[in-house]
Amino acid sequence: MKKPAAAAPEMPHPMEELLRMDRIPHIWCPTCGLGTVVTAFAAALETLELPLDDVAVVSGIGCTGRVAGYIKVDSFHTTHGRAIPFATGLHLTNPKLKTVVISGDGDLISIGGNHFIHAARRNVDITVICVNNFTYAMTGGQVAPTTPLGANASTMPYGNYERPFNIPYLAESSGAVYVARWSALHVRRLTTAIAEALEKPGFSVVEVISPCSTLYSRRNRLGTGLDLMKFYHDNCVIKHGAPTRELDIGFQEEITVGKFVDLERPTYVDAMNKWYAGVFGDDYEPYEGAVK
Amino acid sequence: MTADPKGVLTGEHYLDGDHAAAEGALAAGCRYFAGYPITPSTEVAERIAARFPLVGGLFVQMEDELASMAAILGGAWAGAKSMTVTSGPGFSLMMENIGLGIMMEVPTVIVNVQRGGPSTGLPTLPGQADIMQARWGSHGDYEIIAVSPSSPQEAFDHTIMAFNFSEKYRLPVFVMMDECVGHMTEKVVIPKADEIEIVPRKWYEGDVGDYLPYKADDDMIPWMVKVGDGHRFHTTGLTHDERGYPVMNAECQETCVGRLVEKIRSRVDDIVVLEEEEVEGADVVVVSYGITARVAIPAVERARADGINVGSLRLVTVWPFPENRIRQLAKKVKSFIIPEINYGQLYYELERCAGGEAKTILVPHAGGWVHDDKDIYDAIKEGAK
Ligand SMILES: Cc1ncc(C[n+]2csc(CCOP(=O)(O)OP(=O)(O)O)c2C)c(N)n1
Ligand code: SF4
Ligand SMILES: [Mg+2]
Repeated sequence: MKKPAAAAPEMPHPMEELLRMDRIPHIWCPTCGLGTVVTAFAAALETLELPLDDVAVVSGIGCTGRVAGYIKVDSFHTTHGRAIPFATGLHLTNPKLKTVVISGDGDLISIGGNHFIHAARRNVDITVICVNNFTYAMTGGQVAPTTPLGANASTMPYGNYERPFNIPYLAESSGAVYVARWSALHVRRLTTAIAEALEKPGFSVVEVISPCSTLYSRRNRLGTGLDLMKFYHDNCVIKHGAPTRELDIGFQEEITVGKFVDLERPTYVDAMNKWYAGVFGDDYEPYEGAVK
Repeated sequence: MTADPKGVLTGEHYLDGDHAAAEGALAAGCRYFAGYPITPSTEVAERIAARFPLVGGLFVQMEDELASMAAILGGAWAGAKSMTVTSGPGFSLMMENIGLGIMMEVPTVIVNVQRGGPSTGLPTLPGQADIMQARWGSHGDYEIIAVSPSSPQEAFDHTIMAFNFSEKYRLPVFVMMDECVGHMTEKVVIPKADEIEIVPRKWYEGDVGDYLPYKADDDMIPWMVKVGDGHRFHTTGLTHDERGYPVMNAECQETCVGRLVEKIRSRVDDIVVLEEEEVEGADVVVVSYGITARVAIPAVERARADGINVGSLRLVTVWPFPENRIRQLAKKVKSFIIPEINYGQLYYELERCAGGEAKTILVPHAGGWVHDDKDIYDAIKEGAK
């Protein structure tokens, strides 16, 4: 079925331009959704024809945190929870870059939750791709602030009784200007969403529901990653513009996906420039970056 | 290289240490600042917030100190000289990302205007009890550089010195101020821009395809690039090889961490800045730093006037510790006296380096105010016996 490894040199990897081929094979498990997320991200960059030199990827810590290590742009693997503030520093110092945060649900919504809401409030012009696998995967499948009620986790061995966050609702109410949710099954739509988010000035969030085949899935007896893909196929319902407050995810229940928020609001730098121009008049040189 | 005149407020001013540190940062070329308010450091942030818009800098008040520290690392990778400022509780929150700065070798500056601790302690009153935290506060092995100004003038000068150290050795550098220096107002002379020496970043100038983020030459300092330069590099807080790629084994740990430590340890004598008075031939040497030097030095002078053969050694840089100089002096003096606004922190270093050859006497102070100079005077008398 598979071609023998020896044939590989004749068939360059289709994403060679965007991957650190010297780091492949990656560390992710078979049928993990993370490979698909990377593929969708790469495809989005390709669609937009963005110069790769102008893109920076920042990740926190976790299985998803490893994304930064495989994408061949300027890439930063930082500390658990701090990808957004690190990216804020990068972006505010050089706003011409496309700064993208790709990290996990635990990283962004638990330990980094405060940064998530404040970056949204400020409307910092970065894109956040939050891979939600409903668990802390890297550390072995502990409960996350996204684990559905009733799901099993290594630190909720009798099932989770803590109410999870609804990420799109959190993002919208904190001020994000673009919010979408897709699953790792929806590669084409996910690619479009990532491309739209990248183009959107301001704080944009794409939540990706992604199978963790090894931990979340196994612990909850949901089969392989492939079985979860099948589940997404049968149970994801596309509802563009659905009110974000209705997007809670129950254990093995219907998952609403789609684009929920797409609006205009001045970015942090635009708001600052406009304000200071009013205060200082001609003495103020509009800020385009701290490094000339 | 000399300073960019745009940030330099040349002239004579009356400034407190906090404002002077802010001017030092501006003069050093700092153009990205992320911070979170905390007494007694807030005035540094306030002055920068007021000054940055017209010099092309970006000030942002972050949601906490975890964010501030992470943000200035990002700012530095984007090519700016960056800084944050805090005090005890915020310093504690910064520790993990200070470690990231050490591991990624990011030039940046952290000003800690020390107050009394532990915990919320004495927000409006001085302390010097974060000195060991500056050295060891983040997990893992590393070396750091810290300076400790004794006056507003030095708050200005030492902040520039801290930026220069950070660029030269590629690491976060601490300005360990205290509430007294931060809030005392004195004359501060800001020189002309072309009289201020600035160490530029060690920029990589080779070809795009050839860049290795952690390949260093004999000086052990890797070349730096900034995002958007086209190198499409990777960096991580994980133990990494020259490419910046994670490598999880003991051998790589040795090379990676070994260099982080050695790049400073092998240069201690180049880095250390001391101010000595009447140390040669003294029986007693008083070792002091920061605000405590302002009390210790008059006590030394009074003791000398009273016929005691005592000298003063002031630590301008508190880290790395001047091990060689102390070992040398230990062979000659009867005793070292060290007053600190803590219950003994650098005292342990002093005792270690004195190696039993000279007596070491601590003059502790719990914080909240400076020493009574009589306590230092009495210790000198005791040490001269
Ligand atoms: C400060 C800190 N606390 C805890 C950890 C341990 N840790 C590493 S990854 C992780 C959870 C990751 O979960 P998530 O962000 O959802 O990523 P995933 O592995 O699921 O992709 C934790 C708790 C850490 N690295 N740093
Ligand atoms: S543990 Fe889960 S999230 Fe991590 S690589 Fe394996 S399948 Fe993916
Ligand atoms: Mg997760």
